[in-house]
Amino acid sequence: MPHVTWILPDGKKIGADVSAGTSLMTAAVANNVAGVVGECGGCLSCATCHVYVDDAWLDKVGPPDSIEDAMLEVTDTQRTSSSRLSCQIEASQELDGLILHVPQ
Amino acid sequence: MTGARVVIIGASHAAIAAATKLRSLSGDANITIVSAEKDFPYQRPPLSKAYLAGKSTFENILLRPENWYEENRIALRRAVTATGIDRPEKVVRLSDGSRLSYDRLILATGAIARRLPAEVGGYLPNVYVMRDLADANALKSEMRAGQRLVVIGGGYIGLEAASEASKKGVRVTVLEAADRILKRVAARETADDIRALHLSHGVDIREGVQLRRIVEVNGMAAGVELDGKTILPADFVLTGIGVSPNTALAEQAGLEIDNGIATDAYLRTCDPAIFAAGDCASFPWKGQRVRLESVQNATDQGITIAANIAGDERAYDAVPWFWSDQFDLKLQIAGLNIGYDNVVTRKGANPACRAHFYFKGDEFLSVDCLNDPLTFALSRKILETSRPLSREQAQDPQFSLKSAGSLPL
Repeated sequence: MPHVTWILPDGKKIGADVSAGTSLMTAAVANNVAGVVGECGGCLSCATCHVYVDDAWLDKVGPPDSIEDAMLEVTDTQRTSSSRLSCQIEASQELDGLILHVPQ
Repeated sequence: MTGARVVIIGASHAAIAAATKLRSLSGDANITIVSAEKDFPYQRPPLSKAYLAGKSTFENILLRPENWYEENRIALRRAVTATGIDRPEKVVRLSDGSRLSYDRLILATGAIARRLPAEVGGYLPNVYVMRDLADANALKSEMRAGQRLVVIGGGYIGLEAASEASKKGVRVTVLEAADRILKRVAARETADDIRALHLSHGVDIREGVQLRRIVEVNGMAAGVELDGKTILPADFVLTGIGVSPNTALAEQAGLEIDNGIATDAYLRTCDPAIFAAGDCASFPWKGQRVRLESVQNATDQGITIAANIAGDERAYDAVPWFWSDQFDLKLQIAGLNIGYDNVVTRKGANPACRAHFYFKGDEFLSVDCLNDPLTFALSRKILETSRPLSREQAQDPQFSLKSAGSLPL
C-alpha cells in the first residue's frame, strides 16, 4: 500500500499506509490529521481539506483542475503554488512516499 | 473546564465536529456520544447522492473510522436513546437504564422527516422518507430500471432522489403542491433552471397539484391519487415534505423551544450547562431566529460549542453554505436568502453555468451557483468579509468578483 506522510505546522509527522484509490482527504480524517476537515465529504464544495504538496512531489501529483482551482480561492489558510485540495488526490503506487504539509 | 464531563446526544455531523474540536482543545475532557443508531456515525448528504447511486460504500461515508473513537478516548454509546434529562442533578437517563452525569450537555438530536398521515397512506411499507442510512438502503433496493417512483415534494431532498432514481432507469414523477418546485428555499430563477434540467432527463414534474391519498393495494402503495381523481401508478413512493426539529427531549426537560431548541448567539439554551447544535437548534441571526438544515451549519455549530465549553468564548457567525448534486448539475449556495426581494443573474462561461444573486433592496444576501464554483467561492469570500456587492456588479460577467469592495461603488 502506498505510504503517505502528513507534516503538521508544528513539525509533527503522521504517516499511514493508504489503499490505492482512497482520497487523501478521507485518509487524513481517518488518521486524525488535525487541520484536514473534509466537511463536504469530498464533493469540491468546502475547501476544508487544503494541503501543500511537498516540493519534491509537485510534478507527480500535478496541478488542480479548474473547479478545484476555483475552490482553492476560499481556503481558510494561505494559498500557495503547491496548494491542493486533498479530496482530489487519490493514493496510488506512483505516489508511494508522498509528503503533504498541513497549512497553519 | 478541566476534566469536564461532556455528554453529546446525537451522533451526526454536529456531534462528531464538537467531539473532535473538544478533544483537540482539551486533552482531559471526558466525552460521551449517545447514538440512537446501531451503525457508526456517517455522513448524511451522500445518502441521497453518491451512496444512493451506489458510487460510495458505507465505509466511504463514515464520519470517522471505527477505531477513531477509542483512539481519541471518546465513548460512543450506540443503539441507545436518551429518555430524559434531570437538569438540577445534571444527569441524562438512557433507554438501557443507565445514567450519565454531565457538566456540559450538547443536544444534537437532528430532525425527523415528516410523513403524510396514515389515513392517506403515509406509513405504507413502500412509502419512504430520506433521512438515515436505513431509509437510503430501503430506497436503493427499490431503484431498478423500469420501476415507477412518485416523489411527493419538490424540495432538494426529493429532487436529488429523483435524479439518482432517474439515472438508474426508474420512471420518476415529482409532485409539488405549491405553484413551483423549491418554493420555500429558492427563487423562481433557480427553480426554472432545475425544472428544465429534470425535464431534459425525462423526469415528470407536476406543480400546483393537490394530493388526495396514496392508493393502497394489498397493504402496499400502488399509486398516488390527485385531486380530480387522476391516479399516478407507482411501485414506490418517496415523501420529501420537510423535516421537524427533534425537540422532544429538550421540551420534556423544560428548555425553551422556538422552531427548534432555542439558543443564544453562543448556542447555549436557556440552561447555561446545555447547548444545542445543528438541525434541531434555532439561533439568533441578523435580528431574527433561524434554524438551518445543513452540514456546514451542523459542523460549524459543533465546533463553536466545543470552543465555548473549552473556555474560548465565541458567538456563532459563520456564513451559511449548502450544496446539491442533481444529474450533472453542481449547485452551490452561499449565504441565506431570507427576506430577498430581487434577484439578478450572472451568466457564466457556458449556458449550463450561471449564478442567481439574491438582494434585499441593495443588500447582497446570497447566491445560487449552478456549475459555477468560482462564483460560489468568491461570493462566499465577499459575504464572509462583509464587502459590498451591487446588483450591477453581480450581473456583469466582465466585473471581477475578486475586486468586489476594493473599489468605490
